[in-house]
Amino acid sequence: MTISMMDVKRLAEISGGGGRRAVQVQAQISLPWSEAVRISIKNVILRLGRAAITGTGIVLGIAFLTYVWSDAVFSDGVKRAALEQERILAAATESVKGSAVEGQESGASAAEEAQETKAKLSLQQQEAAAEEERGARRAWLVVMALLVCGIGITNSMLMSVTERFQEIGTMKCLGALDTFVVRLFLIEAAVIGCLGSFVGLVIGFLFVMFFYSIKAGFSVMAKVSWPQLLLYMLLALLIGAALSLISAIPPAVRASRMPPAAALRTEI
Amino acid sequence: MAKYVCPRCGESVETSGIVTVCPSCHADLRGVVAEEQHARTRRAAAELLRDDSVTTHEYIVRTRGLTRIYRMGDVEVSALNGVDLDIRRGEYLSIMGPSGSGKSTFFNMIGGLDKPTAGSCYINETDMAQLSAHELAWQRCHTIGYIFQTFNLIPVMTALENVTLPMIFAGATSDEMLERGRLLLELVGLEGRLHHKPSELSGGQQQRVAVARALANQPAIILADEPTGNLDLHTGKEIIDLLKELNVESGVTIISATHDLKMIDVSDRIVHIRDGKIERIERREDIELEVGTLGGEQQ
Repeated sequence: MTISMMDVKRLAEISGGGGRRAVQVQAQISLPWSEAVRISIKNVILRLGRAAITGTGIVLGIAFLTYVWSDAVFSDGVKRAALEQERILAAATESVKGSAVEGQESGASAAEEAQETKAKLSLQQQEAAAEEERGARRAWLVVMALLVCGIGITNSMLMSVTERFQEIGTMKCLGALDTFVVRLFLIEAAVIGCLGSFVGLVIGFLFVMFFYSIKAGFSVMAKVSWPQLLLYMLLALLIGAALSLISAIPPAVRASRMPPAAALRTEI
Repeated sequence: MAKYVCPRCGESVETSGIVTVCPSCHADLRGVVAEEQHARTRRAAAELLRDDSVTTHEYIVRTRGLTRIYRMGDVEVSALNGVDLDIRRGEYLSIMGPSGSGKSTFFNMIGGLDKPTAGSCYINETDMAQLSAHELAWQRCHTIGYIFQTFNLIPVMTALENVTLPMIFAGATSDEMLERGRLLLELVGLEGRLHHKPSELSGGQQQRVAVARALANQPAIILADEPTGNLDLHTGKEIIDLLKELNVESGVTIISATHDLKMIDVSDRIVHIRDGKIERIERREDIELEVGTLGGEQQ
């Protein structure tokens, strides 16, 4: 209990004047966003283990999503490359054919050709239908995977709320409103969501790149539509963050409903 | 410059505290000067923490027929059964009672953590049951400081951040917060531990941080729930001394639930609660209490 005179004077100065207990005016209780973000980020950093568990769900989900999407983009690229090659080849043989069998009668061969194109068309149709079905199945898989991830996050966050009930109660005893608690948890979820999606994105993309450079050679990179890929990645990032936020709503609401008296409980 | 009286020759000496030798008899005045300075510091701290902006009602807490009934299925359990109690401003009050006596429930009522089934609890002549969630939070933030048995510091925050947290809620600027937080921690004797996490502090130090945090927004009441329950005798005594000092110097009302005889020793009044009712109220002067000195402690 020793403080110097100067400290007390300074204490008097800073708490004096207008700052001193304006009781008559019911001052607002507030938690500025900057402070909330600071506290939440600190919480994530200092509880990295828990955040990692929560984040793994997002990482896996987004990695899968990115895998599926970039796989589609890459296979498109491969197909385009193959098509081009075919066309070049066809043009070459045509010209060779043309020069070789010039002036032959064309009645029978025209009918043959027509039949050939018909068969080709129906084959293409079949292929398109199969592709559509595959796409639908993939979409179904992705939705299921993301749903499972979301539930995983909710579960993990609920655990984290239970772990921290005394802390939440204490904050409420110190004057925190329910909305502050919700805000802190949602910011935390958003931070974890963004980081997790980014990691998932990188993993998913690297996987696909690795896979295709083995299968089709490195040259396929040139044929891939990069703007589309980038768009997909951005979308995946957004979906990851949104998923994490939405999944965090039930735990955050539960945390905010925690009675402040919970802080007074001694048994944990 | 301040005036001191030389203890040896009785001469009046004026010094700023740099020269600490009596000019006439060359007696060492350091002890006198230090004592005077310490007293002055305490007076200033008291002046600072004293809450004179509120119209002073004599009673800071008044309860009238406070009743709380918990419903567990079909069974009704009454934890509080019509408690009438007036607590004077600046009083040091201890509440005693066996577990399950309704002590905690009573505490929660005063602290605005729970609402009564019947009756009312007035703090600063404000009926706590009538307040909205927002007003209640305001009241908790500004009027009441909580000290818990298990310290309840936020584990991921440093001592300083723990102390400044209620100030964030109260809307203080960050400069103001830092400075006040630093001074409050100095006040409880933790000037060297500002940036330590609770896990890096001993139990007694953590409780000191909790005391500083309770003082963050200049509360009128400090509610301490078994503040020495998790501390050893010696550190418990230190916390009690700190609370008593704050009570005497700044006039903050202290209400504590306790089994600790040392705590009872410094209390003005002791309220015994049993079965949700006040069994008896004792004044400190009326009870005989022998609190032995601790081993190795000098009194």
